[in-house]
Amino acid sequence: MTLMRDRTLLIIFTLFVLAAPLIFAPTGAAYPDLLQRFAIYGIFAIGFNILFGLTGYLSFGHAAFLGVGSYAAVWMFKLLSMNILPALLLSVLIAGLFSLVVGYISLRRSGIYFSILTLALAQMSYVLAYSVLTPLTNGETGLQLRLDDPRILDAAGPEGFLPSTNLFGLEMREVFWSPTVFGYDLQFNWGYYVSAVMLILSFWISIRIFRSPFGLMLRAIKTNQTRLKYTGVSTRPYTLAAFVISGMFAGLAGGLLASMDPLAGAERMQWTVGGEVVLMVVLGGMGTLIGPVLGAVFIKYFENIFSKINDSVLQGWFAFMPGWLDNFFVTIVSPFVGKGWGLTLGALFMIVVIFLPGGLVDGAKRIGRKITGADRRAAKVESK
Amino acid sequence: MDAILLQVLNGIDKGSAYALIALGLTLIFGTLGVVNFAHGALFMLGAFVAVTVGKILDISKITIDPERLDFLGNPAKIRTPYVTEWFGDFGYWLIEWSVLVSVVVAIPVMVLIGIIMERGLIKHFYNRPHADQILVTFGLAIVLQNIIKAVYGANPIPQSAPDLLQGSVDFGVLVGMTKDTVIYPLWRLVYFIFSMVLIGGVFAFLRFTTFGMVVRAGMADRETVGLLGINIDRRFTIMFGVAAAVAGLAGVMYTPISPPNYPMGMDFLVLSFVVVVVGGMGSLPGAVLAGFLLGIIESFASMPLIKDAIAAIGLPAIDQIIIYLIAVIVLLVRPRGLMGKTGIMEE
Repeated sequence: MTLMRDRTLLIIFTLFVLAAPLIFAPTGAAYPDLLQRFAIYGIFAIGFNILFGLTGYLSFGHAAFLGVGSYAAVWMFKLLSMNILPALLLSVLIAGLFSLVVGYISLRRSGIYFSILTLALAQMSYVLAYSVLTPLTNGETGLQLRLDDPRILDAAGPEGFLPSTNLFGLEMREVFWSPTVFGYDLQFNWGYYVSAVMLILSFWISIRIFRSPFGLMLRAIKTNQTRLKYTGVSTRPYTLAAFVISGMFAGLAGGLLASMDPLAGAERMQWTVGGEVVLMVVLGGMGTLIGPVLGAVFIKYFENIFSKINDSVLQGWFAFMPGWLDNFFVTIVSPFVGKGWGLTLGALFMIVVIFLPGGLVDGAKRIGRKITGADRRAAKVESK
Repeated sequence: MDAILLQVLNGIDKGSAYALIALGLTLIFGTLGVVNFAHGALFMLGAFVAVTVGKILDISKITIDPERLDFLGNPAKIRTPYVTEWFGDFGYWLIEWSVLVSVVVAIPVMVLIGIIMERGLIKHFYNRPHADQILVTFGLAIVLQNIIKAVYGANPIPQSAPDLLQGSVDFGVLVGMTKDTVIYPLWRLVYFIFSMVLIGGVFAFLRFTTFGMVVRAGMADRETVGLLGINIDRRFTIMFGVAAAVAGLAGVMYTPISPPNYPMGMDFLVLSFVVVVVGGMGSLPGAVLAGFLLGIIESFASMPLIKDAIAAIGLPAIDQIIIYLIAVIVLLVRPRGLMGKTGIMEE
């Protein structure tokens, strides 16, 4: 039963992701850059959900792994080749090793202490990337490609041009097909499809973990770690494994970010970025399969839409109203849009945490039950 | 010797801010058991109370003086703040000492904000997991930050200390050393003294008043105090207000040291957590001690002499991360912190 449902979910998810350039076209979000961000932050959130959603360990430090992944990828572009495959492999590997160290230290504590430890460690890596590790990270400027990088595997390209990232010749920034469907100009881009395949792969891995005995153990840790310990189970290896897995996902996301745009900066490691992935997972629905991706798409989509709305756009919206009312609404709404996107996000996040701890997925389920009347039926059964 | 003294002094002004914020965090954690991720935002709100007071005092009447011309050749506009028009010299004094006015204004404002926060939001999270408490206060911090950003813009707004307290003091002479060895900005000294007074005030309040005694009893055993017929919740709410006021005052007084802008709270928040953890979760003296200690250690680590010594034994420069390193080591070696009680939050 579950198996069938998971398979259906995976198939629907795959179709949806592959058709995203078409599906998002009417919303104005179907340009490659944004779609790539949907997929990449989706991967980041899926990974984070394996740790936070299943074990309940709230880490504020996952931005560090994202940043490390980016740096690793850019170094690979500089030294070895512009092919993204070795870069992604190294990103995942380095982020995995790094998260092993961080996880080993921080998982010796749980609860608030764990959160604070990951916060401190992430902030430490951020500061390190800015100061001591400048030879590796290029400090404030950020790590960039240069013309005189060795790139030992690549044939020399045309003089004076930076080569672009590719997967065996498929250039990430290339739009390979741009048809016009229903009056919308669609852009099918290699970069997005590489990210999309990774996203589908991540989603599949996440399903497998959720349904495995390992996943069950992680959920047991969330429910009651003490009891688990009393039964003689050492929980540390499980939490550490979950931590490293989520770190590797973050590294993959970081590597993909660098593959789409080959530069890496320390600001990607700041703990507020780690806070953003927490927002995504909580907003979408922690501990659910599809929730993190929903949350990531939701946040990235509205971030993009909202920041484009300015006062003149608002004037247009409320133009049908009488003058004074029009101005009133514009004044009320304008702090929440444009540069005020952060305010909307924060407020929305608080509302979700307060009233809907299960996130958007839970909200959808509740609405679904309301419509089908499952609530009332369950209540009836109980009263009988 | 003078170099050491200078580093200690350099450390204590940041240390004072850490100590004040950490004290508030610990008060909230000790009484209500909530980890307040919005505490940095309270520090920032305090700083912006000072900005607001400064702006209000500066509201001016603009008169046009046809006799004088500005640099474009138009009649010059002369701004006279209303307070000076109403109160004369006292008005000028108010503008000059606007930081002190802000302190007076900030106390009721911050207490009120604290109480509203606790009654309106945090109260509903006592029975929810710690992760939820962290999340909701984190969300609140984002909201508060962005409100301030929307109202005051994203740029730092410089505030000045009163003329009398600007400039620097030759601290070396005060303690009997040669002249011009230890020069220290006067306002930072004021900040340190202010924070000591504030910390002393909070401790005295807890130790010598009946209210404080009840609060301490509640921290030790909330249930029993409740059973004795004391409305401990209300007192804890007030303590939340006090903690908010402490953070706010720390922010008000910090404005002349660094111009306030909206993310300042977040920067201090992370460090204050580290301070609380090092000091011992729930231990008030621990928070204060660790605040000053970490501030001073941070300043020592950036001393050229120490930097050279660290480089000499082949370690990379650690001055920027020393605080985090200490926190990690403390958490691993002595999880209850310097002065934490055995068994509290050791897991």
